[in-house]
Amino acid sequence: MKPCDFIYHRPDTIAAAVALLAEFAPAGGRILAGGQSLVPMMAYRMAQPSHLIDITRIAALSGVQVTGQTLRIGAATPHRHFAKPVCGGALGEMLPHIAAHIAHAPIRNRGTFGGSLANADPASEWCTLLATLDGSVEAAIRTGTRHIPAADFFTGVMATALPEDALLTAAFLPILQDYRWGFYEISRRAGDYAMAMCLAAYRLQDGVMTDAHLGIGGAEATPRRLPHAESALNGQPPGETAFNRATDAASASLDPMTDHTMTADFRRHLVRTAITRALAGSRA
Amino acid sequence: MILKINGKTYEIEVEPRRTLADALRKDCRLTGTHIGCEHGVCGACTVIVDNAAIRSCLMFAVQAEGSEIRTVEGLAGEHLHIMQQEFQNHHGLQCGFCTPGFLLLAVAALEAEPDLSDAALLDVLSSNLCRCTGYQNIIAAVSAAARRMKER
Amino acid sequence: MTIWTGQRITRFEDENLLRGNGNFTADLPSPLYLRFVRSPFAAGKIERCTAPAGVTMFTAADLDGVKPIQPMIRKFGYIPILQHVLARDVVRYTGEPVAAVIANSEEQAEDFADSVVLDISPAQVSVTAAEGLAAHAPVIHPGMDSNIVVQTAMTTPDHAAATAQAAHHVTTKIRSRRQSALPMETRAAHAAFDPATGRVTLTCTAQMPHLMRTAIAALLGMDEADLRVIAPDVGGGFGQKMSLAAEYVVLVWAARKLRATIAWVEDRRENLMASFHSRDIEIEVTGAFDATGKFLALTADITANVGAYAPYPNTAAVEPLMSFTELPGPYDIGAYACTARGVITNTCVSAPYRGVARPAITLAMERLMDRAAEQIGLDPAEIRRRNLVHKFPHTTPTGLVYDDASYIATMEAALRAADVPAFRARQRAARAAGRHLGLGISTFCERTGYGSAAFAARGMDVQPGWENVDMRMDSHGFVTARIGASPHGQGLRTTLAQIIADTLGIAPSQIQIVHGDTDDTPYGWGTFASRSLVISGGASLIAARKIRGKIIDEAADILEAAAVDIELGDGLARIAGTDRHIPIADIAAARNGFADDGFYDPLGTFSNATHIAVVEVDTGTCKVRVEQFIVAEDAGRLINPMIVDGQIHGGVAQGIANALLEEIVYDESGNILTISLADFLAPTAHEIPPIRILHRETISDATITGAKGIGEGGTIGAPAAVLNAINDALKPFNVEINEMPATPARIFAALQAAR
Repeated sequence: MKPCDFIYHRPDTIAAAVALLAEFAPAGGRILAGGQSLVPMMAYRMAQPSHLIDITRIAALSGVQVTGQTLRIGAATPHRHFAKPVCGGALGEMLPHIAAHIAHAPIRNRGTFGGSLANADPASEWCTLLATLDGSVEAAIRTGTRHIPAADFFTGVMATALPEDALLTAAFLPILQDYRWGFYEISRRAGDYAMAMCLAAYRLQDGVMTDAHLGIGGAEATPRRLPHAESALNGQPPGETAFNRATDAASASLDPMTDHTMTADFRRHLVRTAITRALAGSRA
Repeated sequence: MILKINGKTYEIEVEPRRTLADALRKDCRLTGTHIGCEHGVCGACTVIVDNAAIRSCLMFAVQAEGSEIRTVEGLAGEHLHIMQQEFQNHHGLQCGFCTPGFLLLAVAALEAEPDLSDAALLDVLSSNLCRCTGYQNIIAAVSAAARRMKER
Repeated sequence: MTIWTGQRITRFEDENLLRGNGNFTADLPSPLYLRFVRSPFAAGKIERCTAPAGVTMFTAADLDGVKPIQPMIRKFGYIPILQHVLARDVVRYTGEPVAAVIANSEEQAEDFADSVVLDISPAQVSVTAAEGLAAHAPVIHPGMDSNIVVQTAMTTPDHAAATAQAAHHVTTKIRSRRQSALPMETRAAHAAFDPATGRVTLTCTAQMPHLMRTAIAALLGMDEADLRVIAPDVGGGFGQKMSLAAEYVVLVWAARKLRATIAWVEDRRENLMASFHSRDIEIEVTGAFDATGKFLALTADITANVGAYAPYPNTAAVEPLMSFTELPGPYDIGAYACTARGVITNTCVSAPYRGVARPAITLAMERLMDRAAEQIGLDPAEIRRRNLVHKFPHTTPTGLVYDDASYIATMEAALRAADVPAFRARQRAARAAGRHLGLGISTFCERTGYGSAAFAARGMDVQPGWENVDMRMDSHGFVTARIGASPHGQGLRTTLAQIIADTLGIAPSQIQIVHGDTDDTPYGWGTFASRSLVISGGASLIAARKIRGKIIDEAADILEAAAVDIELGDGLARIAGTDRHIPIADIAAARNGFADDGFYDPLGTFSNATHIAVVEVDTGTCKVRVEQFIVAEDAGRLINPMIVDGQIHGGVAQGIANALLEEIVYDESGNILTISLADFLAPTAHEIPPIRILHRETISDATITGAKGIGEGGTIGAPAAVLNAINDALKPFNVEINEMPATPARIFAALQAAR
């Protein structure tokens, strides 16, 4: 399973990368970051890019910075960078926990945060994180930068709002100081694509949950927040009553993906389990 | 282009689409790195690049220019590496096809974190597939090697 | 005196493999590479197959003189269907090779293959056995009346009466889903034509190099002497590499045609799609029991979906007929009635995979025993106790003879190790807390080390079975044994050396085992069917004993003693009870070495084991976790316990995979959906628990080394143990899981249906 031939570019700067993308994207050119998703597709010849623009040597694209209550993640930051906490707040705790679910260590050594977002696999953990926490991404095009909020970013299975000549440069996530959180992923084997996952986070104020974020991934075409489930949490004390109501509300609004291994009913069942266990985990 | 492998330089000429795995095997004639799936799942092709275990079927050779690459051929000197010795002591290999990938996976993990817990070690070893051993002896071998590597 | 048999010595095979100095087929350089253009449809007529200018391509028309693969078994009305090595006129399964292109690199070969225009008019397909059997199903092979390639039935005379007088009738139906052996090394072949001699050296991933040579030479109409086959280091076979690959035939043909060296390296998609599948079987069994739970009769019906063609040499009959013959397993079933059939469909060819049909028949019998236990009100262990064969030799209704073994004692050992009462207490407590633990037993006997009589009884045209060993001690006392078996991970270089070492009184490091090269080894049948240690081991023992006799006679002369007083050990020939000795190397020097051979063709021997699995079923995810696994086994004398344990570990892992994870899936048009390792799920270290092994050694006289075969036991018993454990865990839900793999989706569907 050898890929089709391509012309290889390795720019040193974001500007150079964007220029190459502008020139070659219309002819089938693509960005190569960690390659952990793209190269298998090329091996199966499901992807046949005519040009590959390797951005892994652009120093400006890698690394994280905290500014106020926001974490900025350079798009080419590898998953392994998140093995230890990179910031405070609930985000600082959840990033290593979630990263450990992504594939396996050798994949995490090269796969990148931005690569996962741009790939937009419905079962991607980082996509679920971005969607649930209402993060955003920054993209560079020849004419400048664009900012795309998570709610607008994921448009379908493996599809994003990124124009074909745009280079994803960073993602932004809220630190969520003093939030409680829980995450649960169901997959066939450890490291496999999620059959369903849930990320939940909320702030406890005077004994009740506020600003609840509850999102699911792996179950629908794109990961998303579940506003009906969040409404069932806000204003309620954390506990089985509110959690069960949230789970019920979530199930009702689900549009589950199905395939030869997965019926709609089974997907719904798994989503319920993921939400229940993510919420139960938030009380720890 | 030049690849730096096990401390030596190899000058090769390859298409951009040639994977690092194929370049190692075909152009550098280092056939110890094996290809099991070519889509990044089985880990038989695992090598160490700049101190990190990676799947060489998911990297193009051109991307590895300037990096320090270690393959199974570079593990032993006159004597086998501790990891290799313990694989032998514990019958951690049968057909031997997945073995180089496991050796480098384990060596990289333990060089980075000599104090890996049993649970963390199991996580690491679940990265690669083996069809012969059922993993039990691989886990025993790597655990024994971890203890000895720490002592050194 | 050092005794080597029974010791856990480390393997001689290891150093090269650990250093990365193994010689696997794809490691060989080649100036040319061949790639196959494969059918994208499961059935249809080939309208056009053309390559652009500049691309060298061969199709069936070019291979006009090449005979089709057509294995034969002369029994049970088997119909000898044939397979052209490149599809001629029609295609019969997705992935069938239609054309071959030649290029300078693998990358270029794939570009060329993609550039070929292959037009096929798709035809109606049968994917399942039911579709193949349907009244108006297209007959897939010309000359056949239906898609039944073999069928058979038997009823013992006492069956009707026995069934009528039964107090209990219990029926269960199991479904074994399609498997793939998934060796880590895909198939590969390298054919080097030598213009000076006209010979071709074929290096390939094979488990039966001598038979490959005979078969390929015959198909190509060439002298066997002009073909040398080498099985070098092989990265796992598990049966998938024992069957003749059409691809090898095409490669050798092409090398001769182009007078060149050409290599073929199968990629993983091809391996999943077009390398032999297995175990697509359904079995319905009914047990008739008396009031005490004793078997009076077994009735069974077996359907095997055998794919589009027949594997060579085993034929398309291998799975249905093995099921039919071996179904009773370790039980004294009384009367027997069975109908079995193999059905041709538009899917990849089914061939033996470690255990062959036995994991499926064991699942059938072990689910039956558990269901019968429940219906009759007996403990699952007790109903087995009452029915396991305990008087030997035992002849089954199908004529198999079970030699001395320990079916009951082994089961008791496993039960003690599992501490079932403690488990039941833990299970009760867990249930109260909403967690579902289960324990499952499976007992089985495994047919191993069987020689040519067994294959003759099957009626196969090709009758493997015996083994030769050519042994030579050189004038330095160093021994070389050339064997016809073909190990690929089983450690034979070490275990045979242990056997020979004890017989000759030298160290195993003084012994080299040569295998795999048809130019360098006597004709033999290779490694499969848990046979190599038994049969090549037996032949090695026979050869070594002959040489031992010669050494002793010579030593007796030199030391002026009676031969009966000479003992060999630690490299010396010594007069027993004295310290008068002479190094064996000196004796060898005096005689310029010794040579002799051994031939062994045993009837076969049955090892046995009991597996116990403890699982937890998470009804929230419907996933099954195997928490514990116990194997109590009896394979006779353990030559190297470390290697035996390794075989069990690997077999059980594949058995757990069969039970929970692995399945080849086709859609209704015959497209294969599982074409990557992200779809076909092999177990990782997380999915396989540590396996606790207990050994017994019942020494039977059916095998001269005392060793029985051990290679397949793990795969045979593990699936049933896991499925029984799942059913035990889910008892409160009133469901039955009789299908493997028992995926979360299937468990959910069963729970949902029962609600």
